[in-house]
Amino acid sequence: MKRCYKTLLLLAIVLIISMVGAGCGQEKPVLNVYNWGDYIDPDVIKDFEEEFNIKVNYSTFTTNEDMYVKLKSGGTSYDVAFPSDYMIEKMIKEDMLLKIDMNNIPNYKNIDDKFKKLDFDPNDEYSVPYMWGTFGIIYNKNVVKDKVDSWNILWDEKYSDQILMLDSQRDSIAVALKKLGYSMNSKDLKELGKAKEELVKQKPLLLAYVGDEVKDMMIGEEAALAVVWSGDAVYMMRENTNLDYVIPKEGSNLWFDNIVIPKTCKNKKDAELFIDFLCRPDIAARNTKYIGYSTPNKEALKELPKKITEDKVAYPSDEEVENCEIFNDPGKFVKEYDRIWTEVKVQ
Amino acid sequence: MKLKWISYPYITWMIIFIVVPLILILFFSFTSGDIQELKNLEFTLDNFKRFMDPMYLKVLGKSLSLALQSTLICLALGYPMAMIISKENIKKRNILILLFVVPMWMNFLLRTYAWMTLLSKNGFINFIITKLGFSPLKLLYNDKAVLMGMIYNFLPFMVLPIYSVLIKIDNKLIEAAEDLGANKMQVFLRVILPLSLPGVISGFTMVFMPAVSTFVISRLLGGGHYMLIGNLIEQQFLYVGDWQFGSAISIIMMVFILIAMGITAKFDKDKEGGGLW
Amino acid sequence: MVNKIIKKIYTFLIFAFLYAPIIVLIVFSFNNSKSRGVWNGFTMRWYIELLKDQEILKALYYTILVAVLSSAISTFIGTFAAIGIYNMNLFSRKIVLNINYLPVLNPDIVTAVSLMTLFRFVNLELGFLTMLLAHVAFSVPYVVLSVLPKLKQMNKHLAEAAMDLGATPMYALRKVIIPEIMPGIVTGALIAFTLSIDDFVISFFNTGSGVTNLSITVYSMARRGINPEINALSTLMFISVLVLLLIINKRSSKDSKGGMISYEKML
Repeated sequence: MKRCYKTLLLLAIVLIISMVGAGCGQEKPVLNVYNWGDYIDPDVIKDFEEEFNIKVNYSTFTTNEDMYVKLKSGGTSYDVAFPSDYMIEKMIKEDMLLKIDMNNIPNYKNIDDKFKKLDFDPNDEYSVPYMWGTFGIIYNKNVVKDKVDSWNILWDEKYSDQILMLDSQRDSIAVALKKLGYSMNSKDLKELGKAKEELVKQKPLLLAYVGDEVKDMMIGEEAALAVVWSGDAVYMMRENTNLDYVIPKEGSNLWFDNIVIPKTCKNKKDAELFIDFLCRPDIAARNTKYIGYSTPNKEALKELPKKITEDKVAYPSDEEVENCEIFNDPGKFVKEYDRIWTEVKVQ
Repeated sequence: MKLKWISYPYITWMIIFIVVPLILILFFSFTSGDIQELKNLEFTLDNFKRFMDPMYLKVLGKSLSLALQSTLICLALGYPMAMIISKENIKKRNILILLFVVPMWMNFLLRTYAWMTLLSKNGFINFIITKLGFSPLKLLYNDKAVLMGMIYNFLPFMVLPIYSVLIKIDNKLIEAAEDLGANKMQVFLRVILPLSLPGVISGFTMVFMPAVSTFVISRLLGGGHYMLIGNLIEQQFLYVGDWQFGSAISIIMMVFILIAMGITAKFDKDKEGGGLW
Repeated sequence: MVNKIIKKIYTFLIFAFLYAPIIVLIVFSFNNSKSRGVWNGFTMRWYIELLKDQEILKALYYTILVAVLSSAISTFIGTFAAIGIYNMNLFSRKIVLNINYLPVLNPDIVTAVSLMTLFRFVNLELGFLTMLLAHVAFSVPYVVLSVLPKLKQMNKHLAEAAMDLGATPMYALRKVIIPEIMPGIVTGALIAFTLSIDDFVISFFNTGSGVTNLSITVYSMARRGINPEINALSTLMFISVLVLLLIINKRSSKDSKGGMISYEKML
């Protein structure tokens, strides 16, 4: 018995010492990065650390909302974060971001102009584009013999029990709104009411509301149709050549993940150095190859193989994205979306 | 006995880490207005009234029912397992009980994804079924899959407390009962079961309470077809940012669970107060 | 005879049920594809990449550190709490116990957010300490729940008898009470460890400064598809636990009588 206690005590001491030891001896400046999981090439981070002699502390978050709660509560000191479009709009409104000094980011000129001056950051003061994509229908060519070009196919009884929708309020309500021809940012209660009816009509036809597991399900041919993001579609189509992706003609969503500097930043100079580093054509190209999503960096595009840049799924033409909208921050109105979604789910 | 003073450090801890957060939640639930501007908060019962909508009550009902079903099945499956393990010799039962817990150390998301791989249309189980000549079954995205997922997740928490009590039941009591003419069934019902009740109550508590508020399992294995109270609360805190409504729902859920556990107190005839109330 | 066979089959079925997903996990750690939907051939590359992946290894280090520390601390606090609570009068006992169960009742998100608000209230920077405190906070109630049934089962008069024979309360505690409730303490420690090692929500909202754990890493990867390096890591962890169990098993059988008795007292 006594032996047990002694070994436990020893173990605890060793652990505490190693823990403290790991913390000490940090003379290099530290950069705290807050990003999605697996959303940067680890070698890119290593190269940055070597070139500038800065230690990068990489932390991950799961969703924009989780990240928002963490940043809002304070108590953390992230220097750089990678939120999505509507969340950036919200964070600017709530004064959670620092203005980026674009003079410290000379490589910003490499970003294609069509990705600048977007709705959520109209003066390009707070964010730098990182990755972008669209939102559309992925389907199994062997099972779906009809032409897929409209959201209506997700309501087609022929494919009952083979349709997947996203288990996400805004995304699914957006699909219904677009199907009816309304804006996905609509705050009109009548339009939303109709969208709700559509979703309720669709519910019995669905196999499931899914989250991130949609990728494996479509690759494993568990379902015939699903709603996914373009970046994931590229990956899925590579793993299973029976799949194809299309942006419906009614239009869909254009999404952006941008880099921002939260107000809790302790090291603005290094943060801007890091952002500039990520905008270098060679670095952006490497990163894009690793992540597999679409880059807004036009110089990087020149360094990528044709197989990637000519992929219509990853880089759709301007006509295809004509009807696409970016999500706005709904502000207090999100309560309405929540109520509708709960009503749909409770049926 | 002066022994009760040992618990005073914990009581202090509890006050800081449990009571104070609870007061915060209560505070949120009775207010409305932007929580950033503490001055503008006003006292209101609106958050509670909002919940009294049949839609939300249905959500609560479904969660309670699912939790109760999975707890009872866990009890039915777990008690025999605890009994079997407790009867083994010391070495074997230590290994067995540890082996019982080890799967829980693997990441929950991975384990649930693994179940999806097993149960899906083209998954392993259906693969065997089709090879045997039958048509594939729909094993995923229904209530049964969710129940199974919950039982999978909570079974060790039911088995462990019951096991720890069963192993110390004095064998002489059982021998005495058998000497007095009791058969196996009577020994079990009259001697073993009552003595193991404290463990059963602990197990029931450790499974039922978290089961009411789980929702990830129903989202992944149930296809997100229905909403549970845990979903609802998470949505309020994360997506809607309405911490006040979320807190109100939590308080209501807490009250319901306390009532449900009060019923189990009926089984604690000794009034030793191990369960609630 | 039939009884024995039924017991064996039942045990086998339950364990098969418990381990089926683990086996799937292990199999897919050798899959030459990131997706669970398709088998692309056998490969060891995830194991190799795992060893080079600093982020996952750092997460593993913190996960184990926090799990061991928090289960040790919460078992210590919880055991003494349970003993103390058991010796209270009925009314205070009921109140204290009900308050104790609140973290078990509450959904993870409520515990997580309320603890985070508490930490921010006292201006504590989120990091290792806050994560550890949060883990202890949600583990202690489970330890109390595990130790209490053993206290109820224990003959109350044992401690009194010891003290009548001249033992101080502390001595009675150490030599009489604790050995009697040891199975409950070990059960509590096991549960605390299990909860800590796989916790996501509470850890996520109460950590910062680069401190992360495996759960956070895995959940963060879900949007992009979980890297099979995690499967490889889980397989390695599983194998090391099994090996550890085997070693302990072998050692206890080779031990002298003294060792056997102390091992017997564990569970």
